[in-house]
Amino acid sequence: MNCEATKCQCGCDQETDQQKYEKIAEIIAKYKNQAGSLIQVLHAAQNIYGYLPLELQRFIAAGMDKPLAEVSGVITFYSFFSTQPKGKHTIRVCMGTACYVRGGKKLVDRLEDILKVQVGETTEDRKYTLDIARCIGACGLAPAMMIDDVVYKQVNPDKLETILAKY
Amino acid sequence: MINLTINNKSVCVPDSTTILEAAKQNNIDIPHLCYLEGVHKFGSCRLCVVEVEGVKNLQASCMAEVREGMVVHTNTEKVRKVRKNNYELLLSNHLQDCPSCETNKNCELQDMGVRLGVTEARFAGKTTVSKVDISPSITRDMNKCILCRRCVTVCNDIQNVGVLSAHNRGFSTVINTAMDLPLNTVDCTYCGQCTVVCPVGAIKETDEIHNVWQALSDKNKRVVVQLSSAVSVAIGEEFGYEPGTPLAGELVSCLREMGFDDIFNTNAAFDLTVVEQSTELLNRLKTTQAGNEAKLPLVTSCCSSFIKYVENKYPEELDYISTTKSPDLMLGALAKSHYTEKMNMNLSETYVVSVMPCTAKKFEITRPEMQNNGLPNVDAVLTTREVARMIKEAGIDLRNLSKNQFDQPFSLSSGAAELFGVTGGVMQATLSTVYEMVTGRELPFNKLQVTSIAGFDQTMDMELKIENPLEAYQYLDGVTIKVAVTSGFRGAEFLMNQIVKGESPYHFIEVMGCPGGCVNGGGQPRPLTLEILQKRLEALYGQSEGKATSKPNDNEVISALYKEYLQEPYSPRAQELLHTQHRKTV
Repeated sequence: MNCEATKCQCGCDQETDQQKYEKIAEIIAKYKNQAGSLIQVLHAAQNIYGYLPLELQRFIAAGMDKPLAEVSGVITFYSFFSTQPKGKHTIRVCMGTACYVRGGKKLVDRLEDILKVQVGETTEDRKYTLDIARCIGACGLAPAMMIDDVVYKQVNPDKLETILAKY
Repeated sequence: MINLTINNKSVCVPDSTTILEAAKQNNIDIPHLCYLEGVHKFGSCRLCVVEVEGVKNLQASCMAEVREGMVVHTNTEKVRKVRKNNYELLLSNHLQDCPSCETNKNCELQDMGVRLGVTEARFAGKTTVSKVDISPSITRDMNKCILCRRCVTVCNDIQNVGVLSAHNRGFSTVINTAMDLPLNTVDCTYCGQCTVVCPVGAIKETDEIHNVWQALSDKNKRVVVQLSSAVSVAIGEEFGYEPGTPLAGELVSCLREMGFDDIFNTNAAFDLTVVEQSTELLNRLKTTQAGNEAKLPLVTSCCSSFIKYVENKYPEELDYISTTKSPDLMLGALAKSHYTEKMNMNLSETYVVSVMPCTAKKFEITRPEMQNNGLPNVDAVLTTREVARMIKEAGIDLRNLSKNQFDQPFSLSSGAAELFGVTGGVMQATLSTVYEMVTGRELPFNKLQVTSIAGFDQTMDMELKIENPLEAYQYLDGVTIKVAVTSGFRGAEFLMNQIVKGESPYHFIEVMGCPGGCVNGGGQPRPLTLEILQKRLEALYGQSEGKATSKPNDNEVISALYKEYLQEPYSPRAQELLHTQHRKTV
C-alpha cells in the first residue's frame, strides 16, 4: 500500500489502518455497555475496515470485554461477515432456481477457472471477490450475475472474459 | 407448587421445574445426553423428548418447564421411536472408531445407545471432517463431537475463560477456538474442566501413557512416581468402587506391580510448600512493615492452571504470585537432586512421573523455568483417568491387592496436606503455620473471621489479628492479616482486578483454578456429579482427621529434609530447587 502509517501520502481519500481502528474504537465505546450489541459493532467495523481479520477481532473482543472465541463464533455464524479481504469488485452469480436451470452453475465454474479462486474467495491481486447470490429478482434475464451494482443478463460463459475486461 | 401427571401418576413439584427434573424427583429417569445437572441446559441432543398431551411436537424435557394440569408421557411408542431416530442421527456424524478410542466403555454416547436399545445405525450421510488439535495438556478431536456444548458452558459460564465457542452454522457447526487457532496459542488455562464434561472422546487429556510405559520398560531408567490424595480418593470410581473410597495403599501396591521403582507421596511436598510459602509471606510482610516495597498480596502458586491464567490475562502481575513451585515439582526437583545423590543414582537416568487430578500440569512441566541442571523437574504427568487406564491395561486386580506404604523419604504427610486438594486447604495450612512461626502458639480457629464475598461462589475472606508475637516478629504486633480464598476463575478475576487497581485489601490470596479445588480437577474420573464430588470431599476430610501429625511444620520428613539438605526455609539451596521466577511463555 502506498500509504504511510499515520497519514495517507498518496492524495487518495483512503484512510490508514490506524484511522480505521480509531473509528472502530469510537463505535465500541458507544456500544460497549449495551447488551446484545456485538453484531452492530461487527457490522460497523466491517463497513470501516472492509473485512474482519483476526487482529481486528482481538481488538473488538478486548474493547467489548468479550471472549475472542465468542466474537469469532458470531462472525462465522453469519454469512454477511467476512474474515477475508474483499476484492475491489464483487461478482455475484445468481444461483436462484431460474438462473440455475439456465446455466448459472456453468458461469460459476468458468469464473472459478478464469479467476483461479473458489466461491467466497478473492483473487490474489484483490481485484475480484467471487460470490453466489440466491435470486437477485431478475429471473426473466436468466442466467444473470452482478458485478458490484451492475446486473448482466443472459450471460454466455464465453463472454465472461470480455465483461471482466471492462473492470 | 404445580400439579401435573407424569405417566398416569399425579405429582406435585415446585414452580419453574423442568419436566426432566420433575420426573427425576418422582423416580422416573428420562434418558438425556447433553443436559448436565446444575451445569448445562441447552436442549441440543433431543434424546430427552417426551409427549405432552395437547402439544403437537415432542418436547425436550430438559428445557420445557412444567405447567398446571400438564399430562406427560415419557415412554410411549412414539417417544421411543423418535429417541432412537435422533440417536442414530447423532451417530451418523460421529467418528465411530470406538474400539480404538480412549473413552471406549467410558462414553455417555455408547451407554445411551445401549439404554435406548439401538441395534442398528441406518444413516450414513456426509460427515464433517476436522483436524485434531493437540496441545501439551488437552487434545481436541472434533470428529467425535456431538455438539452438546457442555464444554462451551464450562469454559465460558463456569470458568469465565471463554476459549471455546460454537462456530459456523448448520451442518458445518463446530465447537472451536477463535478462527480455528490451535489451543496452545489462545488463552486456554488447561484447567481441563472441558475434558471432564465431554460425554464422548472429543476433548481429552493429551496422552502420556505411551511415554511412561516406555520409561518403565527401559532397564537403565529409575522411574519415580508420586501421587496425591485427590487422586487416591477418586480413582476407585474407575473400578466400580463407591465414590470417595480412599485407595492410597492399594494404589501404591499397584504402581509397584507396574514396575515403578520409587513411589512417593506428593502430600509430603505439600507440607514443604506450606513451610516455604509461609516464609515467603513473612519475608514480604517484613519488607513492607519496614516501609520498603514488596509485592503484596502474595498469591498462591500451587495451581498450574491459575499461573497460566495470570500469564494470559495479567502478565504484569506475575510478581505477586508466590515463587514456590507447585508441590509435585518440588518433589521432582528433590528426587533429582538430594534423592539421587543419597541413593547414588544416575541423574540423567532418573525419570519422574506425577499422577495428578490435573491436566494443566502436563503443560507446566514443559516450562523452562521448571527445570534444574538442564533437566525438567518432572518428566511426565498422568491424570487420574490415565493411570486407571494403565492399571486396566496391565491387568492388575486393584481389589485383591494388599495395602502398601509410600517409600521413604517422601512418605509421611500432615493432616493439613490432605486438604490441599480442597479450596481453602492451602490457606488454612499456611495461616496456621505462619501464626505458629510468629507467635509460638497454635492458631485457635475461632480467631478467624470468615465472610463470604457477596456475588461470588466459593470466594471468601478472613481476618486474623496477631498479638504478642515472638521477639523476632515484633513488626507484626497488632497487625491484622487479611486473606482471601477462591476457586474457579470468576473469583480469581475479581481478586486479580483488585490487585491491578491497587485496591486489594489482602495480604495473602489462595486461588484454585477448578471450582472446589483439585478434588474436582480436570484430570479426575468422569462422569462427575455433585454427589460424587461430595463423597470425594468427605473422604479427604476423613483422611485429614485420621493423621497422626496435623500440622505441616510438625512433619518429621520435612524437618529431616531441612536438617540433612535444605538447611532452612528459603535458604539458597531451597530457592534454587523449590522456587522459580514465573515468566510469560513466549
